[in-house]
Amino acid sequence: MATMTSAITAPTDAQASPARWQDYVQLLKPRVMSLVVFTGATGLICAKAPIHPLLGAVAVLCIAVGAGASGALNMWYDADIDAQMRRTRGRPVPAGRIKGAEALSMGVILSLLSVMFMGVAVNWLAAGLLAFTIFFYAVVYTMWLKRWTAQNIVIGGLAGALPPVIGWAAAAGEAPLNAWLLCAIIFMWTPPHFWALALYSSEDYEKAGVPMMPVVAGAASTRRQIFIYSLLFVPICLLPAFTGLGGLPYLAVSGAGGLVFLILAWRVMRSRAGDSADPRLDGRLYDVRAGARDARNLFAFSILYLTLIFATLLVEASLGLPTFLNLIPGGV
Amino acid sequence: MSEPEAPRDVAPAETPVQDRPDPRFQARRGRNIALAVGLIVFAVLVFLVTVVRLGANVLDRPL
Repeated sequence: MATMTSAITAPTDAQASPARWQDYVQLLKPRVMSLVVFTGATGLICAKAPIHPLLGAVAVLCIAVGAGASGALNMWYDADIDAQMRRTRGRPVPAGRIKGAEALSMGVILSLLSVMFMGVAVNWLAAGLLAFTIFFYAVVYTMWLKRWTAQNIVIGGLAGALPPVIGWAAAAGEAPLNAWLLCAIIFMWTPPHFWALALYSSEDYEKAGVPMMPVVAGAASTRRQIFIYSLLFVPICLLPAFTGLGGLPYLAVSGAGGLVFLILAWRVMRSRAGDSADPRLDGRLYDVRAGARDARNLFAFSILYLTLIFATLLVEASLGLPTFLNLIPGGV
Repeated sequence: MSEPEAPRDVAPAETPVQDRPDPRFQARRGRNIALAVGLIVFAVLVFLVTVVRLGANVLDRPL
């Protein structure tokens, strides 16, 4: 169905500007890929298991290629939605530079290649988790949840949250509680992050018929839910310090950053971000614009915060710094 | 006042176009190079992974 729709929405002279190799790179969603590489590598290093550096690099590469493959499958299926949204209409498939069938082929081939290579070169637990992640993003989220429910990014967030577990499994051959704790951090981070974005771009989602939370439940409910999820998210970010994963620097960074996160989420809840403004009422319009700024601030800080806490864990594990529990007298 | 006819076997308007590099050709060349680099990197990776996985075991076999 998606291929038919994309064929309709794509320009008739599909090859008007010929596809360059950079278009195929764009098909792999390199920005998402970079986040996945970062969190996957963090999981791999935090496992503190002996793994040959080359095999570690291959594991991270497989995670990156797998994420890229699911990105290509997403762009193939969502070409009709992407064509209607300002943020995505320049993507290679809706812009007509790459045919939908090409994106599909590339997604399937790279999925198989990344999973098989992970299995053969590293281990089959990591390969199985990678296969599940690709399936969950491309099928469960893209083909089912995204167009069906306002909880799309809440449940679908699992796909983006799994890379640290894959990295951990690649290094250690198992996925213990601490690996799933990293997964839980990204899982709980996803709703406030994406709903903050949706608050100031909900018109695009509405036009494309995507049931994002602000479109379905309204802006006020979304702002409230952002704050509730933030209240749950920040304590989970502190947990690694008490499970033998993070050290004192981690506790400081996650604590201070968490406080800022909560303040920004509170500001969003108190704002009028996402409310439809009557242009005749200047005061209200100003409130809505100011609210959009609050939502943008939370969106930007959420990226910084996640990066900071994972970078702190990465540095602590790389340098072999003691965990917070080791520092407590009589601790583990 | 009729304009003199251009010789039939010469097409002056086409000459500059022929000199201009065809964007389709350039794009295809770029794609081919990228694909070749990807394949070479993959082949090298498979070789290196094989060496690492086998390690010293390559010598440990019945003769």
